[in-house]
Amino acid sequence: MRSKKETLLKIFISTLYLSAFTFGGGYVIVTLMKKKFVDEYHWIEEDEMLDLIAIAQSSPGAIAVNGAIVVGYKLAGMTGALTAIIATIIPPFLIISIISVCYNAFRNNFIISQLLEGMQAGVGAVIAAVVYEMAAGIIQGKQFSSIVIMLVSFVATCFFEINVIYVVLICIVIGIIKTIWLRRRAK
Amino acid sequence: MIYLQLFFSFLQIGLFSFGGGYAAMPLIQGQIVTAHKWLSMAEFTDLITISQMTPGPIAVNSATFVGIKIAGIPGAIIATAGCILPSCLIVTLIAKFYLKYRNMDVLQGVLATLRPAVVAMIASAGISILVTAFWGNDAVITFIGTNWIMVAIFIVCFILLQKGKLNPIVVMLLAGVMKLAAAMIGA
Repeated sequence: MRSKKETLLKIFISTLYLSAFTFGGGYVIVTLMKKKFVDEYHWIEEDEMLDLIAIAQSSPGAIAVNGAIVVGYKLAGMTGALTAIIATIIPPFLIISIISVCYNAFRNNFIISQLLEGMQAGVGAVIAAVVYEMAAGIIQGKQFSSIVIMLVSFVATCFFEINVIYVVLICIVIGIIKTIWLRRRAK
Repeated sequence: MIYLQLFFSFLQIGLFSFGGGYAAMPLIQGQIVTAHKWLSMAEFTDLITISQMTPGPIAVNSATFVGIKIAGIPGAIIATAGCILPSCLIVTLIAKFYLKYRNMDVLQGVLATLRPAVVAMIASAGISILVTAFWGNDAVITFIGTNWIMVAIFIVCFILLQKGKLNPIVVMLLAGVMKLAAAMIGA
């Protein structure tokens, strides 16, 4: 049996490493976590890991942070979760701290400001491509209610500038009612 | 006082962003740009760009960036803590129940209802980024006031992403270089 201290250290180092070198968001990082903790260390069963990833993805907050919490919690309880969170937060915290100091110094530099300005159009294109793909997926799903929710939310947030928190809250309520209704009908 | 504001703003971002990736973006915009005016829309776009190019979740990156700008390193720590606190509580609670009951259909139902709304909210946030890129920070939309170079860069990037399946980071860098080249030529 491995000692708790050793487990915590290994959780710390592997989540720190994953967090520091994973570009491309939460979905990528949970896949890498699965590789590390299921395939490499054999600490978690494959099926259970898939469920843990589902929890990380369906809970609010950043998926990378949620993934770190479920894995840490599963392996070493609350201390494990805390260790994993801290390790996950340290790399972006340090990198962004350094960048934000430089940002103020460099933003007025001609070359940097032109690069950043062009990148505004670039990031707009990246978001447009992501939205295009996600929206196409929902439309192809041919679920009438999903398409209505998407259109209504778009009009509400884009044209009426309704706070997104209300949209989220309303959808949560609809989702709960729908699930309970479906469960009753299944009985 | 400012610490409390930072904490509660990022607490809301952590609590109401479902679905990972860009899902936090509309919430960050709502809190940071619209409600508290801690960043201008152009600075917010820079922040999203920087987040794309560095590891770490957008919400955590924003907490560090905005925290430092508003109240230095302590501000960054408090904002980050606010951002991950909901995750810590909710995810551990769900993980605890899950490991006991193995039943998550309500959670999955809620997430399925939220997904189309999240796509719509990301689209809205993306549109405000593009409006800033094409018409500047004052965002008065006129034909003459349009920055056509930025529109051209956007179209090229979108095609590269959609048809060429290029890496988003490469595309964004390319966008920056295109703008810089255009500025050098004097366009």
